[in-house]
Amino acid sequence: MALLTYVEAIRQGIWEEMERDPSVFLLGEDIGAYGGAFKVTAGMLEKFGEDRVIDTPISESAIVGAAIGAALMGMRPVVEMQFMDFIACGFDQIVNMAAKLHYRWGPAVPIVIRGPCGAGVHGGPYHSQSNEMWFVHTPGLKVVAPATAYDAKGLIKAAIRDDNPVIFFEHKFLYRRVKEEIPEQDYVVPIGKAAVRREGTDIAVITYGAMVWTALDAARELEKEGLSLEVVDLRSLLPYDEETVLASVRKCSKVILLHEDTRTGGMAGELAALIAEKAFEDLDGPILRVTAPDTPVPFSPPLEEHFLPNAQKVVEAARKLASY
Amino acid sequence: MKTLTRAQLHEIYYYLHLNRRVDEQLTLLYRQGKVVGGVYSGLGQEAVSVGSAYALEPQDVLGPVIRNVGAMLIRGYRPRDLFLQYMARQDGPTNGRDANTHFGDVARGVIAPISMLGETVPLMAGIALAAKLHRENRVALAYVGDGASSTGPFHEGMNFAAVQKLPLLIIAENNGWAYSTPTSKQMAVLNMADRAPGYGILSAMVDGNDVLAVYAATRKAAEHARRGGGPVLIECKTMRMKGHAEHDDARYVPKQEFEKWQKKDPLRCFEKYLVAKRQMTAQEKASIEARIDQKIREDVAFAEASPLPPPEGAARPVWA
Amino acid sequence: MKSTTPARSMKRSTKPDAETLERMLYYLKLTRESELRLEQLLYRQGKIVGGVYVGRGQEAIGVGAALAMRPGDVTLPCHRDFSVFMIRGFSLADIFANWLARGDAPARGRDNTLHMGDLNLGVIPIISPLGATLPVACGVGLVLQQRGNGNVVLTHFGEGTTSLGDVHEAMNLAAVLKLPVIFICNNNQFAYSTPAAKQFAVKSLALRGPAYGMPGERVDGCDVLALYDAVGRAVERARAGKGPSFLECLTLRMAGHSAHDAAEYVPEKLKLAWAKKDPIHRLERFLLARKVMTKRQIEELHKRVHQEIDAAVAQAESRPLPRGEEAVEGVYCEADCWWRRPPSAVHGPSSVATGTGQRTTHD
Repeated sequence: MALLTYVEAIRQGIWEEMERDPSVFLLGEDIGAYGGAFKVTAGMLEKFGEDRVIDTPISESAIVGAAIGAALMGMRPVVEMQFMDFIACGFDQIVNMAAKLHYRWGPAVPIVIRGPCGAGVHGGPYHSQSNEMWFVHTPGLKVVAPATAYDAKGLIKAAIRDDNPVIFFEHKFLYRRVKEEIPEQDYVVPIGKAAVRREGTDIAVITYGAMVWTALDAARELEKEGLSLEVVDLRSLLPYDEETVLASVRKCSKVILLHEDTRTGGMAGELAALIAEKAFEDLDGPILRVTAPDTPVPFSPPLEEHFLPNAQKVVEAARKLASY
Repeated sequence: MKTLTRAQLHEIYYYLHLNRRVDEQLTLLYRQGKVVGGVYSGLGQEAVSVGSAYALEPQDVLGPVIRNVGAMLIRGYRPRDLFLQYMARQDGPTNGRDANTHFGDVARGVIAPISMLGETVPLMAGIALAAKLHRENRVALAYVGDGASSTGPFHEGMNFAAVQKLPLLIIAENNGWAYSTPTSKQMAVLNMADRAPGYGILSAMVDGNDVLAVYAATRKAAEHARRGGGPVLIECKTMRMKGHAEHDDARYVPKQEFEKWQKKDPLRCFEKYLVAKRQMTAQEKASIEARIDQKIREDVAFAEASPLPPPEGAARPVWA
Repeated sequence: MKSTTPARSMKRSTKPDAETLERMLYYLKLTRESELRLEQLLYRQGKIVGGVYVGRGQEAIGVGAALAMRPGDVTLPCHRDFSVFMIRGFSLADIFANWLARGDAPARGRDNTLHMGDLNLGVIPIISPLGATLPVACGVGLVLQQRGNGNVVLTHFGEGTTSLGDVHEAMNLAAVLKLPVIFICNNNQFAYSTPAAKQFAVKSLALRGPAYGMPGERVDGCDVLALYDAVGRAVERARAGKGPSFLECLTLRMAGHSAHDAAEYVPEKLKLAWAKKDPIHRLERFLLARKVMTKRQIEELHKRVHQEIDAAVAQAESRPLPRGEEAVEGVYCEADCWWRRPPSAVHGPSSVATGTGQRTTHD
């Protein structure tokens, strides 16, 4: 066991897969000589060589397209987006090429596109986005968003071993803030399964990414008032674990859907529809959403703070729901 | 092309130094922990921003990117605007909504960039298109780095401007590095200007550390564009004298690169020129620098005393 | 227009032998007649699902390029490169079945026209957002380069496509990494209704080659022998590790953008001038002059081609459409992969392997 941060866990996961499978290789900007903007690939060029750690020009579309081409030839490329905001520059390749290729003519596209997403670091509109829903809305892709260091390692390995294109959202706020004892042996966390982070009885909070920790903070706060929150970490957004979500809702009868992403078109809307369709009879109160408002992520700290969901906002929503 | 007057040469000197001092002050503020986010220095590249922006007419429009602070200063932004913006204050040009040089003002002829490099080119092509459609004597100038020239949007914007013969100038600022990627890994041609024949447009290559060379090339290119000659790409060879940002110590850059370019410092080179041509006395130089000192002092104080935005500012309507 | 490639001074490829020459004529005719059958009969009978895009007048490009390939090479043909699919091994019946949206066609009704591929045959199809295949070709090239067997990848696109960002990023990437990619641009002078003069300002797209740091050459796109030679030289360069090349193949789009487009915007004079350069007539004249084939043999070939098409169309038409429920299958590649199961309604033995199960035969 070793105590690793979330970012170190991702790095270890990629390293192990590179060692395990020679068809795994990396493409991205500044990932080789520089080791990556967040040092996720530090040391990999020296260890695995130029053929397997490729420093590319600024060409997100070409990088993703090339990854697809290499995958068709039997490789398992892992593409780094320096910031997930820049994934928009490779959008067509992802949604029109990678996502639809297997459906249209058969071959698998085992690529992973990974990078840092999320706000809370004063990154401004272009270094803070949560744009996972662009891809959750695209059949043919898988979308993963780990919240713990253990899951980050297990899920990056699962993503690399998956035969489908996986978009892997690493929350940059968690990179060095989250630490955990990580087993040294090989393990994989399955894509498509949620995890109950905290058992509770009164209100289920369904969330993912950095907001898992926000929900846990709120739960600790509310415990003092005698309110018991159950926190469900989705871990995967596409496919997502309907069963675990519905089980928690049925158990608690009240639910808060929490995400850092903006409100309209966010995952909470999808979950709210699911819950209304399949657990209507079990609800004792309205389905509440706690999300960011529908704006770009602002830069200045007070603006960003206002924008982001936080424990206090979850606590207020919980109290409101509890009084039902 | 008419030669520059003594007063104009002094103005250029002023802006070069103002650019550098703003840059230095931002670095200082960063080290003091007062900046929000990163600081992306333009140290050593001032002649590119200043020479090119100074060559434009008031009605022209420019699209700077992150290291073109000098161009923004020439357009009328003050040092305090940069300090306020970098420190995320309410009274900054974006009221704290976006960072660093991501600000602009159509009235001032400055179009704000976004972080996605290369995207400024189609946008500035559009500005040039509007000028052509309105039959206005206006040139659009886009700044593009060596890294940005690898991007799809750069290509689409260039091609469109070329086929439409738009009055678009590209300052291709080749500073040798895109974060840690040297130009040898960015492109297989030696020069950014080598791309121009592929679009059927004119190009020029100048010493980007020679402010008058940059000025002259921009002026000539603008004349060509104004006459309906179509876009021009001006490659300015320079060097990024620091890392990608303050947090990057640029250990991947060979030390001799810095040494070589240090000798060609654009400010020092211009000063030598002015002195040799007897265009600036020691007194005039001191006076200009004193003016700059005072401005920096005042503007830092102003910016530091400025409040952060109120939280509700985040929720202001997104639509116009 | 001065050719800019340094490769002109390199050793020229072997001229095609008699057998290859006859194959060239065969594929040119098969392509021309098949497309006419599609456009002027099947489409008008309402049997084609969706639009019909033909490459009339441009057939020499696909034929010249595909015949320059060797086992292990990969190609990414576009919608006007019908011949490439046949030369690589798709049966004519399968190609027609795909146009007819049949359930056991190569795309199993999921995509239309020539959006079909097979990794076993080294064919990767386009998607409708054109230009997107060029970066994919780079990825293929990257793997081929690393395998070191001298294999190359060819990627086809039109002059309109060259305006897209993906083309730029791919050409730049291929040049920087010295990938074995041959960029084959069919400049047929019209992108739908947009003439080349509104597409780009450069006098010849071949000049784009050196702008990226690779050789660029303009070729007569209606001369199958010139194409075979030019592609052959580019392929040899790539096999020798000298990196990518760009070929501008000049043609005229002799039909509309698609079957519904009368293309009145194409000047009549231009059509007449290019009709004189028809690639099939030119090759026939060449073969007759060199006594490689007689007039009689050519007529017989023409008859054979029609018989082949008749049989293929009949076979394709006899196949059933896919079952509606299949629409939700095969979105993901999982252990029980839908594509690995045989097509739902197979009639007869002629369905081709559809690239199910990733076999990397290209080593």
